[in-house]
Amino acid sequence: MDQNTFKKLELLPDRLLEADNTVRIVWKRFRRHSGAMIGSVVLILLILGSLLAPLSPYDPDESHVLERFQTPSLQHPLGTDALGRDLLTRILYGGRISMTVGLLVVGITLSIGVTIGAVSGYFGGLIDNVLMRITDAFLTLPSLLVLILLSALLREVDIPLLQQSSVLTIGVVIGLLSWMTFARLVRATFLTLREMDFVTASRSLGASPLRIIVRHILPNAIGPIIVESTLELGYAIIEESGLSFLGFGIQPPTPSWGNLLSNAQENFIRYPWLSIFPGLMIFLSIISVNYIGDGLRDAFDPYKVLQTVGEV
Amino acid sequence: MLAGTEDHLVNYVMRRLIQAAVIMFLLSILFFALVNLAPGGPLSGYGQARKLPPEQVARLKRQLGLDQSLPFQYMVWLVGNDWIKVDLDGDGIPDSYGTRHGILRGDFGFSFRNRKPVMDEIGIRLPNTIYLMGVTILVSLIVAIPIGVISAIKQYSFFDIFVTTFAFAGQALPDFWLGLILILIFYVWLKNPFTGEPLLPAGGIFTANAPFSITDWIAHLILPVTAGALGWLAWYSRFLRSSMLDVINQDYLRTARAKGLSQTRIVFKHALRNALIPLVTLVALDLPYIFGGAVFIEMLFSWPGMGLLYYQSALQRDYPVLMAILIIGGIAIILSNLLADVLYAYLDPRIRYS
Repeated sequence: MDQNTFKKLELLPDRLLEADNTVRIVWKRFRRHSGAMIGSVVLILLILGSLLAPLSPYDPDESHVLERFQTPSLQHPLGTDALGRDLLTRILYGGRISMTVGLLVVGITLSIGVTIGAVSGYFGGLIDNVLMRITDAFLTLPSLLVLILLSALLREVDIPLLQQSSVLTIGVVIGLLSWMTFARLVRATFLTLREMDFVTASRSLGASPLRIIVRHILPNAIGPIIVESTLELGYAIIEESGLSFLGFGIQPPTPSWGNLLSNAQENFIRYPWLSIFPGLMIFLSIISVNYIGDGLRDAFDPYKVLQTVGEV
Repeated sequence: MLAGTEDHLVNYVMRRLIQAAVIMFLLSILFFALVNLAPGGPLSGYGQARKLPPEQVARLKRQLGLDQSLPFQYMVWLVGNDWIKVDLDGDGIPDSYGTRHGILRGDFGFSFRNRKPVMDEIGIRLPNTIYLMGVTILVSLIVAIPIGVISAIKQYSFFDIFVTTFAFAGQALPDFWLGLILILIFYVWLKNPFTGEPLLPAGGIFTANAPFSITDWIAHLILPVTAGALGWLAWYSRFLRSSMLDVINQDYLRTARAKGLSQTRIVFKHALRNALIPLVTLVALDLPYIFGGAVFIEMLFSWPGMGLLYYQSALQRDYPVLMAILIIGGIAIILSNLLADVLYAYLDPRIRYS
């Protein structure tokens, strides 16, 4: 947000500037974005489905050789795979993995990106210069290729925590390679805001840099950060599934949407449903997340508030 | 452009290239460290090395120079060892000059997989990838530009709403899944009514052992290009739509309209030219990612390019090849960023280098 935005915001009725009202306005505007609403419903269903996966009568890992490659039916709504496992059950469990990796990545990128961006933008000078050159260097990495190399290498390493869980490994690796957008976004907000009077005021009142950063400046960047986090969730899901599809991500028997798709490849000419449904899940979750991000961006956009001030 | 800007441009490009060299140097250290700190070291990918008796492994290590310190190995990797004596027969005594020229002189060593020079392999694969991805970029732009223009001029029309929704979906389609579905439809399900063969080929650049035919080459392009282009096409048409909308509402277009210029002339001569500037920059910035997508597309469609090479090398831990492609990828990203900046400033006279 630049100075202009704030000038325009001052023209708004006072009640619009109060915090709880902001949440209400954002929600009201978000609700009007039909794509975002449908996206939210689909995403909630996907999340609920994976949370309730244990209610399925089938075990996700136990094989039933006699029931392999069954076509979709009432008993097995999405059919069964090469080992006779119920595909729907495995997709729901796979959803847990994909969502967990996604949330892990958002958590990691947020903590690294926001910290680097805030420190860089608030202090400026040499610190800013060094941190931004590091960010540039990370942006120069051919990320997909490095992702493949790192996951191939880490699979062999004896790091106790990572060894046991490919979910953690993949989440950490993707997270370490994708925090740069957050860093730049937060830095830009801090650069404009640190010169504002309210920051000078709190500094002269003796507030510590940490307090100014966390309590006074960061809340102003919350809109773009939330929007970016939503989109990051989408990127993370697609990166994890791509990596698992190539065989460098989540390792079977643990199901993830990507490796379900990859395993289906051997038999997909005769049993196409095995590759259609897992891909459909990836597609549905990404498009929902993108619509939600779009709706949030509109809802947080201060210019939009001005344009539609009559409505609020 | 104003007089004297060329000097600025040269200075600017020089400064950026020096920065790029520093970043590439750091990246090369990073990649080298990654591969050498890997479990089992770089030899873990060297064919049967794990099954050899220890004394043979030690000998192999001496021959390959892996007994030296890491900084020394890094230096050899960078500048070669044809100017120092090395222990070629592995008996512990340095006896003859090395044969490596180092990556600075374009020598990435030998592939573990087939013992051929890495650069030879890349020389064969790179044109295939440039061919596939070049067509992909071309197709996505040729389709995206008219779509973007029409949706912007007819904002909120049925066409616009349909295309915008479609573009949103297109961006969310994972290209590897789209590729699978395309193979299923056009290779497995649909058949050529005359020959009974699959309607479209789903692998390779051309039919092996068949005389050259341009239709055969084009048929082999259709599925991989569609799978690779759809996402970019969706993204570029959305982008062009919004940059057209930005331009259309500006004063100079109102002036053009007031002067009585025709709608076609306004749209194509005035609006599109300015709306294309950010698009050109964006495509330049996206180049490395479009090429990155080659990993999925080439693997699905058995396309003998760099993406498939990287995938196979990662599976077999062929470190010399992986390092070479990573370095080339890093250079490609830096150069495309630079290209984007220069193009932007060149196309938009309001931008000045500083």
